[in-house]
Amino acid sequence: MSQAARDARPKSFSRAAPAALANAQLRANIRHATRSIRAKRAGVVAEVPDWEELRSAAAAIKDEALGRLDEVLLELEAAVQAAGGRVHWARDGAEANKIVTGLVRAEGAREVVKVKSLTTDEIRLNEALEQAGIRPVETDLAELIVQLAGERPSHLLVPAIHKNRTEIRDLFRVRLGLPTLTDDPAELAEAARLHLREAFLRAPVAISGANFAAADTGTVCVVESEGNGRMCTTLPEVLITVMGIEKAIPRFRDLEVFLQLLPRSSTGERMNPYTSLWSGVREGDGPRAFHLVLLDAGRTRVLADPVGRPALRCIRCSACINVCPVYRQTGGHAYHSPYAGPIGAILSPQLAGETGAVASLPFASSLCGACYDVCPVLIDIPSILVHERGKVVARKRSGLEGRSMKLLGRAFATRIGYERAQRLGRTLQRPLVKDGWITRFPPGPLAAWGQSRDLKAMPPQTFREWWESRDRA
Amino acid sequence: MTGREAVLARIRAALVDRPQATEAARTYQTAGELDATSVLARFVERVRDYGAAVVVTDDPRAAAGDALTREGARRVGIAADLDAALRPDGPTLVEDVGLSARALDELDGALTTCAAACAETGTFALDGCAGQGRRALSLVPDLHVCIVRADRIVETIPELVALLEPSAREGRPIVLVSGPSATSDIELNRVEGVHGPRRLVVVVACSAV
Repeated sequence: MSQAARDARPKSFSRAAPAALANAQLRANIRHATRSIRAKRAGVVAEVPDWEELRSAAAAIKDEALGRLDEVLLELEAAVQAAGGRVHWARDGAEANKIVTGLVRAEGAREVVKVKSLTTDEIRLNEALEQAGIRPVETDLAELIVQLAGERPSHLLVPAIHKNRTEIRDLFRVRLGLPTLTDDPAELAEAARLHLREAFLRAPVAISGANFAAADTGTVCVVESEGNGRMCTTLPEVLITVMGIEKAIPRFRDLEVFLQLLPRSSTGERMNPYTSLWSGVREGDGPRAFHLVLLDAGRTRVLADPVGRPALRCIRCSACINVCPVYRQTGGHAYHSPYAGPIGAILSPQLAGETGAVASLPFASSLCGACYDVCPVLIDIPSILVHERGKVVARKRSGLEGRSMKLLGRAFATRIGYERAQRLGRTLQRPLVKDGWITRFPPGPLAAWGQSRDLKAMPPQTFREWWESRDRA
Repeated sequence: MTGREAVLARIRAALVDRPQATEAARTYQTAGELDATSVLARFVERVRDYGAAVVVTDDPRAAAGDALTREGARRVGIAADLDAALRPDGPTLVEDVGLSARALDELDGALTTCAAACAETGTFALDGCAGQGRRALSLVPDLHVCIVRADRIVETIPELVALLEPSAREGRPIVLVSGPSATSDIELNRVEGVHGPRRLVVVVACSAV
């Protein structure tokens, strides 16, 4: 396990990245996995003649839903209730966790099965459940791997992308007590099947996220591969779904767009093996109680910024992550956020109000734009990255850099001030110059600032000075 | 203030700029272009791509029976309302009348019909109507044999979603199935078989049944 993975305390990207960069195995695993998924995605996307029309439609549908989100959520609530479900609203993660643990406790359950859900990772629901004496059992293979290893997910879609088959085999040998297990992926999947089957058959309560929820029919949609999503949404007596408010779409019909875009963009398949769709409860088929928890947790903050708002269109396909040259080098743990890669770099800081360690994420990009090219919902990630950088910097105006820049601005405002500053600078730079470049910064904040900047030394004479001396001659 | 009121108030405050929020034009393809023979051929090709077995037949009852025998299934779960004309001889058929999850787990397989299918993606849809049973029936046993009527196969996803919308409006749960259970979680390679049925046989019935 990498140090970055072990250390879950939030760190800025530039502080967290070196550990990942130093881990050659991690980088090789990620390089290998993202390369194969990029090729698969390109193949199945090329098959769809109306791909661009689908992208435009998806962006428009999401913008419609976001533009009248209050109406859409109220319609969804009414439809779910009419179908026998209950709807809860949570302002933040803590409130959602309280609602969920309360519901589980009311059932008297000591254990819950969970479908992979980024939203519940985001609000750290598992920790809240454990504190309440409830054991959460992750049932997605990659989530199980991450949970058994005591790590955190490193990729939206494949949380254990940083581990190769040999590492997974070693983990299963120890944690599942299977000393003769080989690294054949089919055998590893079989081990997970046997390990979890009993949990599925006995669990009274399941917790899931949601990919989409159609307001007109109250239909919640979970897209998955393994069948653990079907198990969790079908077998237990009680199903609790935690959903970010931005997942609501206006109409059932809109699924015809997203069911084409999502599988091809995420796993590079024409269609994922299983898609479960349900509205409330159904007599004689599936859970007898259904709870839908609608979560804000910063989403309305994103919604309030017209430039950053399109980040809420995201359908968590992870195509942007797989093409990102920065992610490819560092992996997901360096982002210290459940949302890694380009989408994480615009979503996480906005959800947190551009404060804390995640405020460093908009800078973790070369602005190459590959993410925008592949995004199935046309989020202009590079533009939002630049916008977010602006917001982060604006927050820092009162810092040392901000004050220095203000001072310089005042000095440079007049010709006399500017020329005086030039003469002063020529004197002051002397101890810092080497081979025509300013490199020898004294240790401290100036060194940190100068480390990532190439500064040419100021020339002994400016053009104006030369021009004047020429006149005199 | 309740969570509901608070979140709704925040949303309304966030949308003071009144962004455009009207239904967009659907300029993408919403109907297929292929003839029925080509649709069937594409469906078969795409389902096989996922590693499922496909049989095209005029006699779905016999073909389903053969498939179950070939897979070694002796006790097979069926919906209580499965058409008698589709019930094969050979395996013992166990009607699912509220079987427990454990009882389902002890079956060798399940035989169901489906609501509709899509050729483009090799997908069939279950909505719990006649012959399909509840969701657990086709989920817990390790083998699923599904009879798909050729005349219920459409070419594109928009056509499939349109066929399923009435079921969604009735509150029926829907499951879309594209190949056997699989995972891409180990080095992003698709491996067949985790929690859902690891073996899937699709029997395409060409004559109306």
